[in-house]
Amino acid sequence: MTGRFVRIAELDRPSVEIEINGMSCSAKAGDTLLVAVLTYAASLRDSEFGDGARAGFCLMGACQDCWMWTSTGERVRACTTFVAPGMSVITHQPAEAIWPSLG
Amino acid sequence: MAEPRVIVVGAGPAGVRAAQTLVAAGVRPVVIEEGPTSGGQIYRRQPTLFKRSYETLYGFEAGRARAIHQTFDDLVGDIDFRPDTLAWNIFRGALHTVSQGLAQNLPFDALILATGATDRLLPIAGWTRPGCYSLGAAQIAMKAQACAIGRRVVFLGTGPLLYLVSYQYAKAGVEVAAVLDTSATARQLSAFPRLAARPSLLLKGLYYRAQLTARGIPVHGGASPVEIAGAEGVEGVRYRDSRGVERTIACDAVGMGFHLRSETQLADLARCEFVFDEELAQWRPQADADGRTTAPGVYVAGDGARILGADAAEISGELAALAALKDLGREIPERRMTALRARHARMEAFRKGLATAFPWPAHLARAVADEVLVCRCEAITAGDLRRSAAEKGAPELNRAKAFVRVGMGRCQGRFCGSAAAEILAEVRGDPLVAVGRLRGAAPVKPLSIAVRADV
Repeated sequence: MTGRFVRIAELDRPSVEIEINGMSCSAKAGDTLLVAVLTYAASLRDSEFGDGARAGFCLMGACQDCWMWTSTGERVRACTTFVAPGMSVITHQPAEAIWPSLG
Repeated sequence: MAEPRVIVVGAGPAGVRAAQTLVAAGVRPVVIEEGPTSGGQIYRRQPTLFKRSYETLYGFEAGRARAIHQTFDDLVGDIDFRPDTLAWNIFRGALHTVSQGLAQNLPFDALILATGATDRLLPIAGWTRPGCYSLGAAQIAMKAQACAIGRRVVFLGTGPLLYLVSYQYAKAGVEVAAVLDTSATARQLSAFPRLAARPSLLLKGLYYRAQLTARGIPVHGGASPVEIAGAEGVEGVRYRDSRGVERTIACDAVGMGFHLRSETQLADLARCEFVFDEELAQWRPQADADGRTTAPGVYVAGDGARILGADAAEISGELAALAALKDLGREIPERRMTALRARHARMEAFRKGLATAFPWPAHLARAVADEVLVCRCEAITAGDLRRSAAEKGAPELNRAKAFVRVGMGRCQGRFCGSAAAEILAEVRGDPLVAVGRLRGAAPVKPLSIAVRADV
């Protein structure tokens, strides 16, 4: 996994361990889930309509393009959710939740 | 007399000043805020563990940000503050909220909507690629999370935020590959007389611009974006320069935005009438100089009423609260209202200058290629929308929405609505006003199926 976001300051915060695609990753307290994942991975989710990966867009809870799946099948909006120890998310849409556009 | 039930939605600059004014009059308002703290987007606070100074975070606006935060923190004991709470509907004189999975209905005598704004966007081929963000997003990443959206960033679009965010990135040491402004440089110069209505803001704008040049960052006016290119994620931007020559700049992230649009769904659900602003090619809630809408007891303030910026938002927040108090039969200082109205009017001259300097590039929205996704939520293309207009005869946006679902998705048309209206008007050969506007629908943001009523 290669990250997309780059930390530029505030590096001396306590670590928070989360899981991304089953891999243990070290986030920082105060990270949003979106930021924590995108410092490791290039995207957050797949479009439900088969047009590719997405990595959020507005970061202010308006566009709804960062809803991630947790490993237990719940959904969270990554830009407005702060990381907590033990959080576990996946960056790919479960296959049965994709309805490709046939148009 | 029973204590009036007053609700303020939004704790940005407008909402904070509205709450302060209500408290000063002896009213204890409910303040609903979707985020965890006050400040709004412009004065958004970093999480408590972060240590950067106000000067680092807010630059020239450090004093104003500190004042808004301090004012609100001092109010907290005198208001019913509900952070992390979504206002998702207004029905029969009650505001419907949800917080931590619990739904509540709050009846009100007066409701002040200080709902702010989001970036105004238009689709560009490839704008759904990972690495492409709104300008607001690029700024939030830095301000609230101390992150850059990539290693080498192109900023494109138009408006004051384009230059502010580009400058903030450059100052933080992030490589800014280029700034592409769809507005021609000559247009920006022609707006100077009007922009001089607020000399300090004009000077700040020129300062940001000069700082970009001093750092060797290319700034291209009159640019037309062609594609956010890449295999999967962003790898570059293709654009035509002001002479029509196609160029490509390599980058791994893009921040884009074309000034702002008001968040008006709640005003719509409150049954406020809307007016069409020809100059901005946008609809906004009809309101008098104090923010009174056509719905009794409902007021609008700040960028959610019209895009005038943070300083104007503080003024309009206070005005709306005074108007509400007056309508509730309270004695209010009329002279203060007169003074606030005069100050607010001066903001309007500057706004006209901005509209001249950084016009909404309707022509780009209208020229979007058929295969480009207009709707990010449900992957609906410009071609789908054009066909609904041509073959099914959609006469206005809500009909087009019913046919092809543009504006039906999870963002509720926030990010496709401006361009969808232009495309529909173009196909029909109608003026923009004739295709109307997407009606607000509840819930204004997605609600979990697990929400419970708090009874």
